[in-house]
Amino acid sequence: MKLERDVFFIILTSLILMVFIPWIAGQLSEDIFFEWPFFFEVAIAGLLSGVMYSLVALGFVLIFKASGVFNFAQGAIVLFAALTLVGFNEMGLPMWAAVIVTILIMILLAIVIERVVLSHLVNQEHIVLFMATIGIAYFLDGFGQIIWGSEVKILDIGISETPRFYFDGAILINDFDLIAALVAGSLVSVLAIFFQYTRIGRALRAVADDHQAALSVGIPLRHIWTIVWAVAGMVGLVAGIMWGSKLGVQFSLSLIALKALPVLILGGFTSVPGAIIGGLIIGAGEKLAEVFIAPMIGGGIEDWFAYMLALAFLVFRPQGLFGEKIIERV
Amino acid sequence: MFYREAGEFKTSYRSDQAILTIPQDRWFMATILIIAFVVIPIFFNEYWLGAIMLPFLILALAAIGLNILTGYAGQLSLGTGGFMATGAFAAYKLATSFPDMHILLVILVAGFITAAVGILFGIPSLRIKGFYLAVATLASQFFLIWLFNKFGWFTNYSASGVISAPPMTLIGDIYVTGTKATLLAKYLFTLSLVVLLALVAKNLIRSNIGREWMAIRDMDIAAEIIGIPMLATKLKAFAVSSFYCGIAGALWAFIYTGSVEPLAFDVNRSFQILFMIIIGGLGSISGSFLGAAFIILLPIFLNRAPSLIGLSLPVDLISHIEFMVFGALIIFFLIVEPHGLARLWQIMKEKLRLWPFPY
Amino acid sequence: MKLKHLSTGLIAATLAASSLFASNVAMAADSQFVGALVYRTGPYAPAGIPYADGFSDYINLLNTRDGGINGVMLDLEECDFGYNTDKGVECYERMKNNGSTGMPAVMPLSTGVTYALLDRVVADKIPLITSGYGRADGADGTVFPWVFVPPATYWGGADIAINYVAGEYGGYGNLKGKKIALVYHDSAYGKEPIRTLETLAAQHGFKLSLFPVPHPGLEQKSTWLKIGRQLRPDYVLMWGWGVMNSTAIKEAAAVNYPRDKFIGIWWSGNEPDVVPAGDAAIGYKAMQFNSVGSNYGVHKAIKKHLYAKGNGSAKNEATVGQVAYNRGVQTALILTEAMRGAMAEFGDEPVTGEQMQWALDRLDISKDRMKALGADGLYDPIKLSCSDHAGKGRVKMTQWDGESFKAISDWIQPNNKLLRKLYTESAAQYAKEKNITPRDCN
Repeated sequence: MKLERDVFFIILTSLILMVFIPWIAGQLSEDIFFEWPFFFEVAIAGLLSGVMYSLVALGFVLIFKASGVFNFAQGAIVLFAALTLVGFNEMGLPMWAAVIVTILIMILLAIVIERVVLSHLVNQEHIVLFMATIGIAYFLDGFGQIIWGSEVKILDIGISETPRFYFDGAILINDFDLIAALVAGSLVSVLAIFFQYTRIGRALRAVADDHQAALSVGIPLRHIWTIVWAVAGMVGLVAGIMWGSKLGVQFSLSLIALKALPVLILGGFTSVPGAIIGGLIIGAGEKLAEVFIAPMIGGGIEDWFAYMLALAFLVFRPQGLFGEKIIERV
Repeated sequence: MFYREAGEFKTSYRSDQAILTIPQDRWFMATILIIAFVVIPIFFNEYWLGAIMLPFLILALAAIGLNILTGYAGQLSLGTGGFMATGAFAAYKLATSFPDMHILLVILVAGFITAAVGILFGIPSLRIKGFYLAVATLASQFFLIWLFNKFGWFTNYSASGVISAPPMTLIGDIYVTGTKATLLAKYLFTLSLVVLLALVAKNLIRSNIGREWMAIRDMDIAAEIIGIPMLATKLKAFAVSSFYCGIAGALWAFIYTGSVEPLAFDVNRSFQILFMIIIGGLGSISGSFLGAAFIILLPIFLNRAPSLIGLSLPVDLISHIEFMVFGALIIFFLIVEPHGLARLWQIMKEKLRLWPFPY
Repeated sequence: MKLKHLSTGLIAATLAASSLFASNVAMAADSQFVGALVYRTGPYAPAGIPYADGFSDYINLLNTRDGGINGVMLDLEECDFGYNTDKGVECYERMKNNGSTGMPAVMPLSTGVTYALLDRVVADKIPLITSGYGRADGADGTVFPWVFVPPATYWGGADIAINYVAGEYGGYGNLKGKKIALVYHDSAYGKEPIRTLETLAAQHGFKLSLFPVPHPGLEQKSTWLKIGRQLRPDYVLMWGWGVMNSTAIKEAAAVNYPRDKFIGIWWSGNEPDVVPAGDAAIGYKAMQFNSVGSNYGVHKAIKKHLYAKGNGSAKNEATVGQVAYNRGVQTALILTEAMRGAMAEFGDEPVTGEQMQWALDRLDISKDRMKALGADGLYDPIKLSCSDHAGKGRVKMTQWDGESFKAISDWIQPNNKLLRKLYTESAAQYAKEKNITPRDCN
């Protein structure tokens, strides 16, 4: 991936601001407690939470990249995958078997979505496809709850939340957050390699560039869509496992999609690495703002700050940091 | 056969530029208005007026507002809930700070305040487009709700941050807000306001400003080249749209619920209104009403259907089935007609024109 | 296009079918309609399901064991609104005129719906019973004649939390200079205790820090870094809801904040709030306006008359005795005891909302009465009056031991004198804005 010069400068500037603004705030205000170890602790915690957002954002990116669909159902897919996994696990299947069964079901789901919904909506406007995914989200929410119930389910993957101290107790990092970051990091690497070096990956990129051109060189559009939805389903499963073990598997899990949207626009709808870098910037930015700026204006700013941050980046790069450049002609 | 322009001769510019040029359309519209103003209040019970028609009308108004911005000017927005909240809180502050202010004035000024806020949050639209803009407008949604939640001034320092509409009269002794107001008064008041504003919107769309919006929607660069000022036109769209949303928010807080907390206008409200205009038809005033009907009435209908046909199912199962069928119907209607219910309505009219002949 | 025909047909069918809407199913004239707004679906279903089960089990128990109340059978209808305020209002409007006398009272178990109904219940003359939620100043019966908030209010809860903390430090005198943090859901619900806590902080000299958590509260890392690594308060109080609770407990563990210094309000003290947090929740404390467990007479009766015959509402009998379940039973108990009161005055037939209000104004469920109902020790006696719509507001402190909440205190009474002053002030402001003349209660 070639880093454009202005992207590099934008990231550099934002990093400098992220250090500088909290430091200034700490000097100016009595309420704000600024010490370097604490600053790094917050920044690291933010980066790690950002990776968790990226996990969800990845699902969006995959589908948008390959089919131009802004997939509102990604949150519902995360919930559905996690519910299915825990449901089979509770029915007595061992975890590994439950994972395999869930993957199979996600593939089946992708086939059904392609057959029933997408194939009828080829070449429609973006907003219509977006609305169709909302229909899918409603359907999945109802369907998942009919089968697995609405009670909260526990998903224990055996990673403890116990804090661990580094640098002589100066900085606290959770095992869970670290492992989640590792999982997300390896997932992105695998996906990036998959997109870059495999036949299917090249076909996916071709479809993303131009549906008709891809069709005319003999790429089976419908297969590609099925594959990409299945992959998004599996990414959803990973996100569901990580978030589900954090929050418990319950309906609220589908709401994490809202935390992934700023990541998505900051990184760009079409870039897999963008989802990761966007996640890191959003995660660190919102945590630093909540800790070092929020006390001056009353707290609880995390949600809108993430969106405002993304908005600020968009003003400089309307296509997101790594999105494809929007070229307009008359 | 029943519906045709043949034999209609227009003899003046006035008749040529009427909104409804065909007599059948005029009759149809008159019938709908009579049903809305006379038949429904007389024959429908409180449940219909209070639980279905009121929210339907108010959200349809918000949908018109969003349709102006998204359907006509092409700027995708998810900030509707925030703008509705702005209208509601502005109306509350006005009504409590100036107790003698007339309700119409309160609602109108609340609309203008929201329009100003809308202009402010519309500025990024100059750079950002499409889904990027939609997600970016969520910033305004979350920020506005946070703002009203955080600062006690907006709620007159009430402990829970909830605003409550003071009782206000329209004329004489006819209350439209508070506990003394009858549902009939509330309904007729809302209906009149919504009809009036829908008419204004329709005419705005037909004026040069509406044409400018549509030019921007269809291709903004081309529009700029032929001399449409981008900044002013986009911001006008944001202003008018927010004005409508603000009024809808004020009506929601004052007429429909009476007391609201900021969370009543959370992001789900924004999504709900966006669904309405997509399902109803982007760029269509009547589509806003059809979409609102679809999004509000259909779930209620689906929820009640099992008991109406004599099935007694557990309530949770009914809710789940309601979600599934609702989702499936959204997909179904999009596949049948991606351009929304308003387009289906047009197709029906085409058919009526030819009927009984196939073509 | 065949599909187009089909869709036109569908629209027509929908329109035709919707004309059926208006018909409310007529109920037998001699039974009492009971409408329940429940959420067995949606984001808050984990707490909503056991609550709804408890409510319906108690109503069904009265029907099967006693043949209703004084010979009047109870006709329970549930309406699921999935914690969606719009749907909740629709449910209320749908059910309010059902049965021969309409809905006797409405219990929404949702802050949003409570606020949306405040005006409507006055116009419809239907009492609004918000047990431990909704507007705390509803305790002032002169301004809110139709709102009833027994057994406890958020402001009472805040006062009791401070009372408990003071007790741990050996008296209010030792609170000076202590740091207490409030982590709250950033909404009308979460903001309720702030004013009471600020008043108490000024009175006793402790330092109060506020930590709002944006809805729905999935991500609280920064809040807990501030609490656990920077402020290190002596106690943390929480007004959380749904998924926010378990997340908060996990994050508290993640920054090593001691859970036994962490006190939740009753809505943060359901089993679904602590179970997902696993071992991290052990030691966590919560206030409860009811006792926990299933060893009371009423549970035994429910198991014997309903579950033994397979007629229980809950999927799993283990639900009986859960915190939320017991609250459902409690709400049903308050409702039906008020019905008894109304019937004693107006005759043994279905009661109207107005009769219910009359009875609720005089509701007196004494210790003896609780004993007769098999709920002595499970619930605190409740006594309301025309001006006092809250009652004593006593609450127990409980602690999670990994299996269940164990009571670690007796009933704690809030400082009702102070609270009454706050209720009256706040209600007076509401009355002024809404142009309400407080009713005369003497």
